[in-house]
Amino acid sequence: MKKTKDERRALKVNRRTLLKGTLAAAAATMLPLNRADASFSDFWESFFQKHFREMTEAEKEKVVARLEKEYEEKYKIAIKVGIEPAMPGVLFGYGLDLSRCIGCRTCEYACVAENNQSIDPQIHWIQVLRFKKEDPKFPDFEHAEKYYNAALAPQPGYFYMPIQCQQCENPACTRACPTQATWKEPDGIVTIDYNWCIGCRYCMAACPYGARHFNWGEPHRAPQDINPNTHYLGNRPRYRGVVEKCTFCIQRSRKGKYTACVEACPVGARKFGNLLDPNSEIRYMIANKRVFRLKEDLNTSPKFFYFFDFGGTR
Amino acid sequence: MVQATKNFFIAWLSIFKGGPKYYLWLAFLACLMGVGVYAYIGQAEHGLIMTAMRDQVSWGFYISNFTFLVGVAAAAVLLVIPAYVHNHQPIKKIVLFGELMAITAIIMCILFIMTDLGQPLRVWHILPPPIGMMHWPTSLLAWDVLVLNGYFILNVIIAFYVMYKYAHGEHYEMKSVIGFLIYLSIPAAISIHTVTAFLYNAAFSRPFWSASILAPRFIASALCSGPALMLLVFQVLRKVTDVEIEDKAIFRVATLITYAMAVNLFFLLAEVFGSFYPGTAESVNIHYLFFGIDGQTNLVKYIWTAVACNVTAFVLILNPKTREKFATLNFALVLMIVGIYLEKGMGLVIPGFTPDVLGEIYQYTPTATELLVSLGVWATGAMIYTFLVKFAIPIHTGKLRFASGEHAVTAKRAVIDDVTSEKA
Amino acid sequence: MGKKLLAIIALLLLPLSLAYADEHSNKLTLMKGVPAQKFIMPRPPIDKGLWPCSQCHKGMPPGPKRKLTMMHQDIVLKHMPGGWCYDCHNPNNRDTLKLFTGESVSFDQSYLVCGQCHGFIFQEWKHGLHGKRVGMWNGVKTYYQCINCHWPHEPHFKPIVPWPAPIKPADIKYGN
Repeated sequence: MKKTKDERRALKVNRRTLLKGTLAAAAATMLPLNRADASFSDFWESFFQKHFREMTEAEKEKVVARLEKEYEEKYKIAIKVGIEPAMPGVLFGYGLDLSRCIGCRTCEYACVAENNQSIDPQIHWIQVLRFKKEDPKFPDFEHAEKYYNAALAPQPGYFYMPIQCQQCENPACTRACPTQATWKEPDGIVTIDYNWCIGCRYCMAACPYGARHFNWGEPHRAPQDINPNTHYLGNRPRYRGVVEKCTFCIQRSRKGKYTACVEACPVGARKFGNLLDPNSEIRYMIANKRVFRLKEDLNTSPKFFYFFDFGGTR
Repeated sequence: MVQATKNFFIAWLSIFKGGPKYYLWLAFLACLMGVGVYAYIGQAEHGLIMTAMRDQVSWGFYISNFTFLVGVAAAAVLLVIPAYVHNHQPIKKIVLFGELMAITAIIMCILFIMTDLGQPLRVWHILPPPIGMMHWPTSLLAWDVLVLNGYFILNVIIAFYVMYKYAHGEHYEMKSVIGFLIYLSIPAAISIHTVTAFLYNAAFSRPFWSASILAPRFIASALCSGPALMLLVFQVLRKVTDVEIEDKAIFRVATLITYAMAVNLFFLLAEVFGSFYPGTAESVNIHYLFFGIDGQTNLVKYIWTAVACNVTAFVLILNPKTREKFATLNFALVLMIVGIYLEKGMGLVIPGFTPDVLGEIYQYTPTATELLVSLGVWATGAMIYTFLVKFAIPIHTGKLRFASGEHAVTAKRAVIDDVTSEKA
Repeated sequence: MGKKLLAIIALLLLPLSLAYADEHSNKLTLMKGVPAQKFIMPRPPIDKGLWPCSQCHKGMPPGPKRKLTMMHQDIVLKHMPGGWCYDCHNPNNRDTLKLFTGESVSFDQSYLVCGQCHGFIFQEWKHGLHGKRVGMWNGVKTYYQCINCHWPHEPHFKPIVPWPAPIKPADIKYGN
């Protein structure tokens, strides 16, 4: 017996409706629906929200409007959630000059300020490792120190290596995700749909760079510290129980701006630009510097390049 | 069909039949489950911050238990093969209880995954389109969902079909669909533990899990701990119920466990050598596991306990004198379960994360929340198994028979046949 | 009386300091064949009260001795051993710098002076590799000049106070 297309579609819809009904019943019994301000229809919409890539433009706008309303209710400030798509002909790349970095962690905290990470429990997307100079064990990460404290940076005898998402061309994390909640955008940024992530953390086990961070608890941040200019795939406020990561400040970079870490770095060690533009500073760096990428043997092909500039005065 | 459904529900009534000891046991399990639920409510309220897992060690005790229980589920194959392939009668009579344990173990696996999820209500996102966005065939976790559910459904169909046949005084035919499903359950059992091992293999950023021996080692260790658990449960069953389980069946399984343990220890040795001898940067995790690094040694106690347990158990079970004496056999079985539980849990999941990919050592020790939730899941498993066994026993012993009309005579004969074959 | 005098001086200086805008734009040729890029540069970190130099130096002939006198006694020169003021400062027009060729260069283009010796770094700076730039990766950028980070008299980058270490995983707990 052959079913017509319409019949099949009807069947699909029925199956989906059936599932929705069952799940909603389960959710209703499992969820404490004590949030009087959120109407049940909003809850329904958010629970059955589609995967970001499956939405039409109109659906995206509807979801964004609902999210903005939710955020305003929660944080009492107006938060703009952008959905700017990738620019055509752009593939983002990053450079970091290890001979300039002084380990001051300015980028780390600028990132937190820009990207609305939770203050408590603390989440930092950038991790600065300190290595001892002349240590024969470099680049043995076991001999690196992340929790150094110093009166002044740089400390003599050390060099520093900030690590964040390497925006791999061949990411291990997106392959691991069982729900396709994380994927690589056309401009090379690896993004997460915070409303689709189930929080299984398999991507964290897969990532070779420790770049993925989990909201172990309810993310807390004072409303006045929230950056209201956000992107759906970037720095919009997150939920408990989902994974998040550096997105090359997608809310800035897709508008042509440098990332927050580039602008914050007091020594200009951070470089950012379009890998497809032969005149960009990032291409100049790759052509003229001895660059390396972290854990190249894993074939993740990061778009984050480290280099040791010549000279330097330290 | 209507009658069969009615009978199905009638058969379930037997879970209410039992003495005060039975109800005391259920009450005890219910208490433990309550404790688990209480701990889980705390976790659901505040998030996984109630566990000791952090970004550095992003999987912990829950996934450890999951991994162990996949092994238990897979271990039913050690009964299925002798029972159906070799038609070994003593084991054929108890294979049902092994299948029921596999069913239970998979339910527990799913519970452990659910407790580990940050957003458990979104779990339907993992379903295939058009409902979810299952990332198949790329994500190994999607594979794991498939094979675990497949194995679960297989075992449910097999166990309940066999019971249905028994209850109606009939025998199932190996040369039919059910026979095919039974044979299919053998590679399916292997597949669930293989895919679980591949799940770790696939996280290639963790050199500790990137051993090609991991999947074979998983199978070998599963064939020790799973049947060991079953043998202990069977001895309890024949003591507290009227199920007859022959010593022969137990000793036969014990012999099989011996082979499995020998292979398991050999694989462990192969892995330890291959990881240790080169002394490369990738040896650091196994070094941490066995000896610790710079005074940070929280996993050392687990792995050496595991090794000691497994070796002692192997010596005890290898010697026929100690293997065929229940006191020493049971001691060996307990050691084996403890050993493999530690080795697969704290000795496999955690050292993959310690030191983490950036060399940081975070000494993970499960919190009270994790321990209590896990206890609750184990109690739930025990409860489910109790009910399943309670459901199965009257059918298995022949006390419950639905004989209707034309089948009445054959049904009676089938019961007699069962009894005579038991005596043989 | 003193306060009044100061106010008058300040008022007199006001148009001068305004003339020295906080930011100004410039054009830079990166490579042959590539059109010059417009860029913005922040104001060099020169104390407004000291600028312009001609307010004091007008009619003052260059000192005959290599000695720092009067207002400039606090200057420590840790750059170019054996060098002195008029290697870079123009003795004939105090409000400009000078190149080794004798050509005068405005203070806004001090990088041309630095680039005489530090040619390679100058090149890299032009390409955006050395030094800091903010703004648009695909548009108008603000280039920080050499002197924004390297004060020419003591060019070594001054250490800064680092931000605190992140919280260790063992200390991240519910209700902290």
